[in-house]
Amino acid sequence: MQQALVHDLAERRTLAQTRWQAKTQADVYITVGMGTCGIAAGANDALKGIQRELEARGIRAEISEVGCVGMCSYEPMVEIQARGRERINYGNVTTRQVKEIFRHYFDGGALRKAVIVGQVMPTTTESHSHVLHSLSFRSIDAGEQIPFQSKQLRIVLSNCGLIDPESIDDYLAVDGYSALEKALLEMTPEEVIEEVLNSGLRGRGGGGFPTGLKWRFARATPSWPKYVICNADEGDPGAFMDRSVLEGDPHSVIEGMIIAGYAIGAEYGYIYARAEYPLAIRRLQIAIEQARELGLLGKDIMGSGFNFELQIKEGAGAFVCGEETALMNSIMGERGQPWPRPPYPAVSGVWNKPSNVNNVKSYAYTPRILRLGADWFKSLGTENSPGTAVFALTGQTQRTGLIEVPMGITLREIIFDVGGGVPNGKQFKAVQTGGPLGGCLPDAYLDTPVDFDSLRAAGAVMGSGGMIVADESTCMVEFAKYFMRFVVDESCGKCPPCRIGSTRMLEILERITAGEGTMSDLDEIKRLARGMQLGSLCALGQLAPSPVLSVIRHFEDEFVAHIENKECPAHVCQNLITYRVIPDLCTGCMVCARNCAVQAISGEKLQVHEIDPEICVRCGLCYAVCNFDAIEIISPR
Amino acid sequence: MSKTNQHDIELNLMDEVFAQYGEEKGALIPVLQKAQALYGYLPPEVLQHISRRMKIPVSKVYGVATFYAQFYLERRGRHVLRLCDGTACHVKGTPILLTALEDHYHLQPGETTEDNELTVEIVYCLGSCALAPVAVFDGTVMGRMKQKTLLNTIKKRTDLK
Amino acid sequence: MPIHLTINGKHVTAPEGATILEAARANGIDIPTLCHHPDLSNIGACRMCVVSVEKARGVQTACTTPAAEGMVVNTMSPEAIETRKFVLEMLLTDHPNDCMTCEVNGDCELQDLVYDYNVKWPEHNGKRHQYEIDPDPNPFIFIDRNKCILCARCIRACDEIQNRSVWNFANRGFETKLVAGADQLLLDAYCESCGQCVAYCPVGALFDKMSLGKGRIMQVKKVRTTCSYCGVGCNFDLNIRNGQIVRVTSAPDAPVNGMALCVKGRYGYDYVHHPDRLTRPMVRAKWLDADTVAEQVKSGQWALFTEAQQRRASLSYRRTSGNGKSPAQDSQSEITPDTFVKTDWDTALDVVARKFTQVKKDHGGDAFALLASAKCTNEENFIFNKFTRQMLATHSIDHCARL
Ligand SMILES: Cc1cc2nc3c(=O)[nH]c(=O)nc-3n(C[C@H](O)[C@H](O)[C@H](O)COP(=O)(O)O)c2cc1C
Ligand code: SF4
Ligand code: SF4
Ligand code: SF4
Ligand code: FES
Ligand code: FES
Repeated sequence: MQQALVHDLAERRTLAQTRWQAKTQADVYITVGMGTCGIAAGANDALKGIQRELEARGIRAEISEVGCVGMCSYEPMVEIQARGRERINYGNVTTRQVKEIFRHYFDGGALRKAVIVGQVMPTTTESHSHVLHSLSFRSIDAGEQIPFQSKQLRIVLSNCGLIDPESIDDYLAVDGYSALEKALLEMTPEEVIEEVLNSGLRGRGGGGFPTGLKWRFARATPSWPKYVICNADEGDPGAFMDRSVLEGDPHSVIEGMIIAGYAIGAEYGYIYARAEYPLAIRRLQIAIEQARELGLLGKDIMGSGFNFELQIKEGAGAFVCGEETALMNSIMGERGQPWPRPPYPAVSGVWNKPSNVNNVKSYAYTPRILRLGADWFKSLGTENSPGTAVFALTGQTQRTGLIEVPMGITLREIIFDVGGGVPNGKQFKAVQTGGPLGGCLPDAYLDTPVDFDSLRAAGAVMGSGGMIVADESTCMVEFAKYFMRFVVDESCGKCPPCRIGSTRMLEILERITAGEGTMSDLDEIKRLARGMQLGSLCALGQLAPSPVLSVIRHFEDEFVAHIENKECPAHVCQNLITYRVIPDLCTGCMVCARNCAVQAISGEKLQVHEIDPEICVRCGLCYAVCNFDAIEIISPR
Repeated sequence: MSKTNQHDIELNLMDEVFAQYGEEKGALIPVLQKAQALYGYLPPEVLQHISRRMKIPVSKVYGVATFYAQFYLERRGRHVLRLCDGTACHVKGTPILLTALEDHYHLQPGETTEDNELTVEIVYCLGSCALAPVAVFDGTVMGRMKQKTLLNTIKKRTDLK
Repeated sequence: MPIHLTINGKHVTAPEGATILEAARANGIDIPTLCHHPDLSNIGACRMCVVSVEKARGVQTACTTPAAEGMVVNTMSPEAIETRKFVLEMLLTDHPNDCMTCEVNGDCELQDLVYDYNVKWPEHNGKRHQYEIDPDPNPFIFIDRNKCILCARCIRACDEIQNRSVWNFANRGFETKLVAGADQLLLDAYCESCGQCVAYCPVGALFDKMSLGKGRIMQVKKVRTTCSYCGVGCNFDLNIRNGQIVRVTSAPDAPVNGMALCVKGRYGYDYVHHPDRLTRPMVRAKWLDADTVAEQVKSGQWALFTEAQQRRASLSYRRTSGNGKSPAQDSQSEITPDTFVKTDWDTALDVVARKFTQVKKDHGGDAFALLASAKCTNEENFIFNKFTRQMLATHSIDHCARL
C-alpha cells in the first residue's frame, strides 16, 4: 500500500510529463496570461476571440491558461507557437487584436496595436541533477534577452506564465512535489530544517528572519498540535507579488507548506489570504483539492506516515492582519489586533499552540531549495541575503510589473535597466520600497544594493516587495501624507502611540500641505515619530513614521518649500497651486470652459480665456482637456 | 421558522451557513462574509442571529464586524463604485477622480447618494497597478480611468444625471 | 524553580511564570500601569509599563514579558520614561481637561500618572472625540466615552469575571469606541448591572450613576462592611459623606469576593436611608391595649403610622430620590384596629411571645413552621435552630436558600 502510493505518484508524473510534452509540442500551442491583471485587461475576451479565430482558420491548438509573466503593462498577453517555429509572446492582445496577431504569426501580416514582447525561450537551471524550468524572452532581432528580463532571475516565479496553475499535472511535469517526496521519504525533519537553514533563506514577508531558524524554534516547542501558517495577506498598497505566485503557481506554496509541516511536526495549515484576491483564492482551492485527490494532502502522505491538511482563511480587509500575531487573531475569528511578543508564535500562536508563520514566497522557495540544493541557493544573491528578490515595480517607470532579480542588484539596475527609467522625459525623483512601513530614497542612493541589510541601512526596507518609482511630478510631502493616512486608516487602535500618534502626525502633514505649517512642525513630526517608534506595540506603529522621516531626511527642501514659501514644487497640493491660462497659447476653443464643473472659466469664443482662482476648485480638468497645453499650474499661488 | 422583523430579513437563509461552519473553531469571520453575501450587508438582526446561533456574545460579533473594512453594517447603493487609492493609482490620478465625484454628485468616499443609487468607496490597491488608476464599477475592473470616462460610466450605468 | 533576575540593580527572585511586573511589585519596585489589573488577563495595550531589558531591542511591556533567568531590567531607563510620557501625552490629546469637576478626581490612575511624570496639558487644534455624555438610560452605570482611554479593563472584567461579555470595542484605529453589545443600550445587551466594569475603570469613563455629584474620594469616608443581602459574606466599602451612604466601592482586599459584587451589594443601598425602612417595631393597634396606645402616643413614646402617611412618604422619597428626609407627621389621623403603631421592642416581643405561647398551648409545637434566612449569619441560624426545636418543639424548620 505504501509503496503503491509513491509508485502512483511516479506513474502520474510520467503521465503528466507525456501530456506536457504533447501539449507544448502540439501543432499549435497557445498560452493566455490569466492573472488578475490579464483578466482585468481583457484576457477572457481575448481567449474567446482566440477560440473563434482558431475555429475560423480550422486550426487545432492546445490552449493553456497560465499565470502572469510579470509584464503587466503588456496585458493581455498571448503566446503562440506552431510546431517547428519560434514561440512568440504578443502583448496588448485585446479581442480586437486577436485577428491581428494571428495574421502576424501565420500570414506575416503587420501588427497595429498589439506588440511583440519577445521570443519565448523555455530555459532550465540545473543543480544536483534537478532542473528548474522557467521562461525567458529574447528580442526577435537582436536575439538577446529583452531589457525587462535581462537582469531577472526567475526562481520563485519560474512557473508563473509557464504552467497552467489549475493543472496539477503541469506542476508535476515540471518536477513539482518531487521536493516533498524527497523530504518525506529521504530526509528526517531535522535534515529538512538543516537544509533550509544552510540555504540562508530569509523570510520574504519583510522582516528577513532566517526561515530555517524559525522552523527550528517551532519544532523545539514541546506542545502539540502545531500549525503552519502562510501569510498571504499582502496588504501593502502597490504590492502584488504574492498574488501572482498564488495565481500562477499555487502548488509550489502548498508543497512548501507541507514540507514545513513535516519539518516542524505540524499536521495542519492555514493560508490566510487577502479577501481582495478572489482569483488567487479560487486557484488555491482548486490546487488543494487536486493535491488531496492525489494523496499529497491528507493522511499518510506518500506512505510516510505523515498527515497534513490545509485550509484557506479569507481576510476581511485589514492591513494590520499581515502582522503575524494579528493574523493569528484573525484566523481565530477575533478582531485583528496584534499581541505583544513574547509569546512568539513558535511557542504559542493559533489556539495557543506553536505556529509557524511565513510569507507566500518563503514557502514557495523551499521546494526549489530542497530540489536544487542549499548550496545552489546560497550561491545566488549576496552572502547575507541569498537568493532572489521579487518586486512589484510600479509608478513612473517605462516598464512596470512583477520582477524577480538576484539580491545585490542595485536600485539603479532595477529602475533603469529592468524598468527602463522614467517615461515622458521626466526626472527620476525617488524610489519607495516597503510601502507604508518603508522609506523613500533619492537618486544619490540609486547604487544601493538591494538586500535586506543594505536597504535598511539606507533608511528604506526590503518590505515584502513593493517598489514604487516617483518622478518629478510627485510631491514628496503629499506622498508622505498619503502613507500616514493609510496608517491612520489601518491602525488597529490597540495602543495609544500608534492610535493617537499617527492621527496627530497626519494632522500636521495636512496642515503643511495646506500651506499652514510652521518649521517647528518638523520637530514635532520627529518627536511624534520617536514616540511611535519607541512605544508602539507592533511593527505597524513602530515603522509607520519611516516614510515621513525618510522624506524629511532626503527631501527636506520640499517640506521647507511648503512651509516657508507656501509652494508645492511638484504642483500637486491643491491649496498651494492655482491654474492659469497662458494667453499666448490659448486659442479660445472653449473646451476648458465647457468642462469646468464650477464655471470658473470665462472668455469669449476665440478669445483668451481666464480662470477665476476664487471659484476654481483645482480639480485639474481644464488642464487635462486643453488641447493646446495652454493651461499651466503655478505654485505658490 | 421564518421570521419577519424590522428589515424583513429572512433569517433562515443563514441555516445553511451554520450547517457548514457549525463545528469549526473561529468561524465567525467566514460566517459574517457569507451573511454579507446573502443580505448585501449586515443588518442588526443578522448580527444578533449569528450571536445566538454561534453562541458568541453579540459584542464580539459587532466588534469583529466593525473592525474589518470589508463588512458593511448599512445598506449600500444599488451600484458600487470602488476607486483604488493605492500608491500607484494615487500617483496616477485617483485624487482627481475623487474631486470629480465630489463636484458632480457631492459624494465623498464611503458615502451613498440619497436615492441609494450609488455608493463610492476607496480601496487600497487592487493589484492592477499597471493599469492605474483603477476603478471597479459593480465588479467590473476598469483601468487607466479618466475623469470623463468615470463620469460617463456613472451616467450610462446608473440613474444619476 | 524560582527565577533570579536583576531589577534596577536589585537582585530579586520570582516564581516561574511570573511577569517582570509581578516580579518587580512583589519586591517593592513599582512599575506604572493602566491596562493591567491583577485580576484580569494581560493585553499589553497601554504601553505604560514599558521597561528596558538588557540585550533586548527597544522597550518591553513588563505586564506581558515573562521574567527570565539572569534578566537585567531597568524600570526607569530614559527610553521607558520617554515612552510613558509620550503615551500619557497622547492620551491627553484626546481627553477632556475636566479634572476639576470629574467624579474620580483624586481617584484616577491617569491623573496620578500624569502628575507623577509631570506631563503638561497638550494644547492642539486636532481631532478630539465628542461623544454624548451619559447616553444610556440605565439607572446604575454612567458612561462618558470622552474620558475612555481604551484600556479594555471593563471589557475584560465583564467577560472574565462576570461572564456577561457585554462590552467590546467597535471600529478600529482612532475611531475605536467602547460599545455595549451591538452598540446597544446596556440593558439590551444583557447587562446585569453588577457594576464590575465601573469598578475596574481606571478613569472616570464609567461611574456609578447613583453617586454622581454626591462626593469625591477626599470628601468621603470609607467604611468596610459586610453585605447584608445574602450569606456569602462579600465585603465592600461604604462611602459616607455627611452621615449618608453616597456610594459603594469594591474593596480589592475583601477576602471572600475581592472586587466582585452583585447589583444588590453595589447598588442596593438606597434602602438604608429610605423613609419606608422599618426602624422601630410596629404592631397593629388591635393587638395592643387601646388606652396604653392613646397614652403612649400622647406622651410621644409611640407613634401612629397611617396608610396616608405611608403613601406620602414614598412619594416624596421618589421625588427627592432618597434624600432621607421624612415628610411632616399627620397628627389628625384616626386609629382603626389595623393601624400600625410604632412601639418599642419589649412591647412588640411581648406580643409575639404571648401569641406563640397561646398557639403552642392550643395546637402543639407542630403548628409552627419556621423559615430561616440566607441573610443571617451561621450563628444567628444556629440560635434559630435551637429556638425552633427546643422552645417551640418542632422540627419544621427550613431555609430560604432551598426554595
Ligand atoms: C503591519 C504589518 C503588515 C505585514 N504584512 C505582511 C504581509 O502582507 N505579508 C507577509 O508575508 N508579511 C507581512 N508582515 C510580516 C509578518 O508579520 C511576518 O513577519 C511574516 O509573515 C513572516 O514571514 P517570513 O518569515 O516568511 O517573512 C507584516 C508585518 C506588519 C507589522
Ligand atoms: S502599533 Fe498600531 S497596529 Fe500595532 S498594536 Fe498598536 S495600534 Fe495596533
Ligand atoms: S454592570 Fe456588570 S454585567 Fe453590566 S456591563 Fe458592567 S460588568 Fe458587565
Ligand atoms: S471605560 Fe474605563 S475601563 Fe473601559 S476601556 Fe474605557 S477607560 Fe478602560
Ligand atoms: S495601487 Fe491601484 S491597483 Fe495597485
Ligand atoms: S500595563 Fe502593561 S501595557 Fe498596559
